[in-house]
Amino acid sequence: MTSTNLAYFSNGAIYASLVIFTIAFFAHAVEVSWSIKNVEVSDKTEFDFSKTERAGRIGTAMMILGFIVLGVAVLTRGLSAHRVPWGNMYEFSITGALMLTAAYLFAFAKYKVRWLGLPVSICVLLTLGTAITVLYRPSAPLVPALKSPWLAIHVLAAIISGGVFLVANLVAATFLLMERYELRGGRPQWAKRIPSLDTLDQLSYRLIAFVFPLWTFAIIAGAIWAESAWGKYWGWDPKETWAFITWVAYAAYLHARVTVGWRGRRAAWLCIFAGSTFLFNYVYINIWGTGLHTYSGL
Amino acid sequence: MRENQNQNQNQNQNQNQKRSEPLDIGLLGLLRWGWRQLTSMRTALILLMLLGVAAIPGSLFPQRNQNPQKVDSLFTTDPTLAKWMDRFHLFNVYASPWFSAIYLLLFISLIGCVLPRTFHHLKAIGKRPPLTPRNLNRMEGYRIVDSDRIVALGVAKKWLKRNRFRVRVERNSISAEKGYARESGNLLFHLSLILILIGVALGSLFGMKGEAIVNVGDRFINTPTSYDNITFGKFQGQGSLAPFSLTVTNFVATYDPTTSEPSNYVLTTKIANPIGTSSKQIVIRVNHPWTIGSTKVYLQANGYSPVVTVRDKAGNISFQGPVIFLPQDANLSSLGAIKVPDMTPQIGFIASFIPTAGSSVARGIFSTYPEVLDPRLVLSAWQGNLGLDSGTPQSVYSLDTSKMSKIGLKALTLGSTYDFGAGSITFDGWKSWVNLQIVDDPGKMYALYGALLAILGLLISLFTRQRRIWVKVGNDVEIAGLAKNGIPGLEEELTALTRALQDVQEINGNKGEST
Repeated sequence: MTSTNLAYFSNGAIYASLVIFTIAFFAHAVEVSWSIKNVEVSDKTEFDFSKTERAGRIGTAMMILGFIVLGVAVLTRGLSAHRVPWGNMYEFSITGALMLTAAYLFAFAKYKVRWLGLPVSICVLLTLGTAITVLYRPSAPLVPALKSPWLAIHVLAAIISGGVFLVANLVAATFLLMERYELRGGRPQWAKRIPSLDTLDQLSYRLIAFVFPLWTFAIIAGAIWAESAWGKYWGWDPKETWAFITWVAYAAYLHARVTVGWRGRRAAWLCIFAGSTFLFNYVYINIWGTGLHTYSGL
Repeated sequence: MRENQNQNQNQNQNQNQKRSEPLDIGLLGLLRWGWRQLTSMRTALILLMLLGVAAIPGSLFPQRNQNPQKVDSLFTTDPTLAKWMDRFHLFNVYASPWFSAIYLLLFISLIGCVLPRTFHHLKAIGKRPPLTPRNLNRMEGYRIVDSDRIVALGVAKKWLKRNRFRVRVERNSISAEKGYARESGNLLFHLSLILILIGVALGSLFGMKGEAIVNVGDRFINTPTSYDNITFGKFQGQGSLAPFSLTVTNFVATYDPTTSEPSNYVLTTKIANPIGTSSKQIVIRVNHPWTIGSTKVYLQANGYSPVVTVRDKAGNISFQGPVIFLPQDANLSSLGAIKVPDMTPQIGFIASFIPTAGSSVARGIFSTYPEVLDPRLVLSAWQGNLGLDSGTPQSVYSLDTSKMSKIGLKALTLGSTYDFGAGSITFDGWKSWVNLQIVDDPGKMYALYGALLAILGLLISLFTRQRRIWVKVGNDVEIAGLAKNGIPGLEEELTALTRALQDVQEINGNKGEST
């Protein structure tokens, strides 16, 4: 296949994955909403989740299929330009969506967190949708500054970290929602299969503890690259600054948890705050910021 | 004596006395109190968060060292606001006293926190695990195991040793601990942060950084006067520059024809190091600087220098050569000034160099491609006083027209000449220039080692589980454990130990039956 064909193929695969993730979204939505409906009809206090099991399974299957198709899309995008597919914000976004799905599937395999499927599929759809409509740029070779093996290392580490941060944020947000329900007299039926507050709390901590060294590595790899590209390993470029702020926020989160013993609501809010500094860096600094990291292609 | 004073003074003063009571502990006590506050975990955490918050303004306001033009334009559009922002160092956040104060306090706090812990940890490594608590049933995973009381301790010791626990055997109990590496990694991480800071400090105190624009064909000699701008660290002598000379022999930029974006820059140089020795051909590219010791030479930017000849009325050459122009957009429309002080009255040109000309009604002549395919030199000619003798330094890229009058406007194609009355100017050709950035940072290796050790420490500390297990033999065989920070996995270990202890019971039981 020629480069142009590969690029078209990649675009097609993106649209296909968009359809698949939409199905996953509906499957997970049915899984959640059908539970509520059934409660009203049957008027049971203990709800039998087996009725929505099939929708849940379809959701998971679609997430896996979506992951594969999106993976192919990212791969062919890279092949079409003979490089790693991280040259502009469109490419960061589709890879980011892929990594978010990967983080979810990893957490699913390890901790059986199918309830996360709904928020994750919404996030993936939003990311892919924005990528296609706002951020799309035709496949092109890299500018000289990006021609370095560190592109693959630094950006991949940053994107994986971003995906896991986002999942941790979703877990923390779920924690806050569930806690609110419980304080107001108990969870609604649909939320009963979501794990206990304690498990949610632990899960978001574990995700962050797992990915914090990777994020540290992403920053250090960036510094090593900056040293060879710009002559300075740290220059307080806006993107660097916000990466540092995110790092500080997660470091504070880990300290607050491990040393001071923060749990539950306060830890969840700190987690969400730290995650939002990452999102701010990705969206605001990329699009409206100035500095040396201006490769968004916008 | 103070009591006497108090009796003479009124109530209000008495209250003041009470309020300043901490002073009574003496200066030493106050210092000790302050040190304890500073090195407490709480203060360290607050300082850490504060450092994050303090970094924000530098990313939102233009910084002098990154974007001086934007700072200058703010001073012209809103001088009062800019002046006030400057007073709070908002254009130079990362070198400001308040930012420095936060990170210095943080690192003092860190050192005060980490060093004692390191000594404590080093001592603890040599020590045995703490004694078994009296009441095991208050601990996690407490259970009574059905096992042989006589051999239980031996079996448990063997199992714990096999699983690399540190074991302390007492008369009727075992105390075992595992996961000291957690604290080791934790301390390694924090000590590495200090190493990074030392590297940063060394770099800023003993380093140098400078930039120079060099035309293709010209030679750059590494002395302070060759630079367009150069800054030295506080303790870096000016004579310590690496003694090399660099001749720019060729520069090739290639562009993507559809997007006009650059795809490759190759700078070919001849470098003599030290000056006077035979020179070697060295290729410098973006991401591939030339390294000599701790000094590196980077290819940072590039542009065009149009070559012109200016003649007076008699046809004598008043000025000839390439003039460096600064690129204005992605298609390298470049702006500059050509100054001819040797003519009377003096002549100056504000000019733009268009590498590949296109034109439209709305925009006039503009560049459509960054490579030189169909160049134009658009000139506006000025006559009068260039102001070069006024004493105030002026930019070589712009013309001070306050004492000049405009005498003409012309767009030149390659090789053509414009007669402006008092003389003529010919557009002879162009040269490329490159902006070399030369950096000496003797501290960066320390920062790098610090960073790598920090990751190592982080991985060790976040992925090591620290826990204790106790086995006690009294009337029953009891076991229990304690996992630091409630990290899961202890339960599985206790179950495995239980099984090991029960197996002995079964074997012994079987033996008993057979004999």
